[in-house]
Amino acid sequence: MEKPIKKIAIFGGTHGNELTGVFLVKHWLRDGAEIQRTGLEVKPFITNPRAVEKCMRYIDCDLNRVFDLENLGKKMSEDLPYEVRRAQEINHLFGPKDSKGSYDIIFDLHNTTSNMGCTLILEDSKNDFLIQMFHYIKTSLAPLSCNVYLIEHPSLKYATTRSIAKYPVGIEVGPQPQGVLRADILDQMRKMIKHALDFIHHFNDGKEFPPCTIEAYKIMEKVDFPRNENGEVAAIIHPNLQDQDWKPLHPGDPVFVTLDGKTIPLGGDHTVYPVFVNEAAYYEKKEAFAKATKLTLNAKRIRSSFH
Amino acid sequence: MCSLPVPQEPLRRVAVTGGTHGNEMSGVYLVRQWLRTPVDLQRPSFSAVPVLANPAATAVCRRYIGRDLNRTFTSTFLTSKATPDELYEVTRARELNHLLGPKNSSQAFDFILDLHNTTANMGTCFILNVTDTFAMHLCHYLQLQNSEPPSRVLVIEASEDTTFSVDSVAKHGMTVELGPQPQGVLRADLFSRMRSLVASVLDFIELFNQGAAFPAFEMEVYKFLGCMDFPRSEDGDLAGMVHPQLQDQDFEPVQPGAPIFQLFSGEDMLYEGDSTMYPLFINEAAYYEKNIAFMKSKKLTVSIPALPVLTPNPTPLT
Repeated sequence: MEKPIKKIAIFGGTHGNELTGVFLVKHWLRDGAEIQRTGLEVKPFITNPRAVEKCMRYIDCDLNRVFDLENLGKKMSEDLPYEVRRAQEINHLFGPKDSKGSYDIIFDLHNTTSNMGCTLILEDSKNDFLIQMFHYIKTSLAPLSCNVYLIEHPSLKYATTRSIAKYPVGIEVGPQPQGVLRADILDQMRKMIKHALDFIHHFNDGKEFPPCTIEAYKIMEKVDFPRNENGEVAAIIHPNLQDQDWKPLHPGDPVFVTLDGKTIPLGGDHTVYPVFVNEAAYYEKKEAFAKATKLTLNAKRIRSSFH
Repeated sequence: MCSLPVPQEPLRRVAVTGGTHGNEMSGVYLVRQWLRTPVDLQRPSFSAVPVLANPAATAVCRRYIGRDLNRTFTSTFLTSKATPDELYEVTRARELNHLLGPKNSSQAFDFILDLHNTTANMGTCFILNVTDTFAMHLCHYLQLQNSEPPSRVLVIEASEDTTFSVDSVAKHGMTVELGPQPQGVLRADLFSRMRSLVASVLDFIELFNQGAAFPAFEMEVYKFLGCMDFPRSEDGDLAGMVHPQLQDQDFEPVQPGAPIFQLFSGEDMLYEGDSTMYPLFINEAAYYEKNIAFMKSKKLTVSIPALPVLTPNPTPLT
């Protein structure tokens, strides 16, 4: 039995040039009727307003990588990067992280230039409640496909903005260029939020969710572009891999093509699933794509303890 | 409007500029590649010069640092006196004018090809001044040489004193736009398409220099008419977005009454013009700040006269 959900936040503009979340949140700040559910507090919130204003990913550093206890515990000072100061404010409003008073659920809305479609990002493979929620969202969106990306990894997991909540949910929809707002992408993200809130509403109402399984893709490794001696990109994503996120990639399949036309194939001896293929923001993070492995996640039956 | 003079001599001084907007990656990477291996830009009668037009913006992967470089080649900026606090692109425009111009002078480069990307579904698009007969012939040649995928021609009507783009510095010039490609992303398909287009441009100039004949022809073009802004709220923020039925439909006709925007509240906004319009640069990322949701154009056919045929080895006049 689990406690009912009380406080939810929906974050947009964690990256200021990912416009779907920015404009959905701004719209809901003016007219929030569609995100209200009886007995729930649902708060839409722009997390990086200065980056939104400039339509840039961030001002000083990536806000979605600084919610670790070290940055959150730094002594507040004007010398700290803007995003670290902002992270402390957000932690104060919606956290504190790992405390009883933190928000129950935070949805953080993102876009990618990769052909990722609708993606739900999960941080913990043992989280029955979120696996149940993702199962509900996937079922409700069908036939529109929605994949689950698990970022549980000893070194590759990162300190997300949403991680201050008990149940952090990353929502990523693409492809959409930075600084562009597409109606089709906005519609898909809007539906994901609607189904998520409906699920929470049913849960709080005492509906029982029987055991379920979902397919997920777990991060294994990040792959950088081949680079020359000056560190510049020397080969780019091969046309056969471009836009093929989530599709199996076998040893020997083309991965990169050098600027003078030579193909570089996938090494190793097992099939991987590529994600975030050619994401604009990851060039500076030295990530051309990430390799994931496919697995099944199981969730136990859940039911709210109120009933 | 009178036409620009057509060249009477071979074109020797040709430049290919990339990174005019620092986050349009096809041109950035091609120019970097040519700076290392310039042989691709060599032809028997000339060698084109690769130029990274906005190195500071390219280094930080942004469109520009202080202002849009490709709107800065006006006589006002080019003749202004340097000041310590002027915007980076004003300084850079003057440098490029020194290197490739001076604009409107006999010392200016013969041709500048400027390479761009757009987030809009523009495919392959050439942008040029309709009065530049030489460049119109070049487009015609490119359409014949590279028919798949089709390329389109967007013409602007501008006199010498109202042009503002990099390529306006040379005696003749043209912009190539390839899309869709997000800012900061390099797609292999567009990279190789742009590389082969540039090779064709240089081939055309070589053919002209060698005395090939380019007879008169007629061509379908899109003529720029004006811009359409997004619907906005009282505070100036977006109130809606490009309608899903218009998204990605660049160059497709829009009739009066067709939906063009969708408000966040769900309502549609319809096109209120009184004739068929052809939309271009639909939902281009860089144009949000310019208050442009898309550009309007009309389709028409233009007649282009023949180019003069150069004598391969001109005999000196007696």
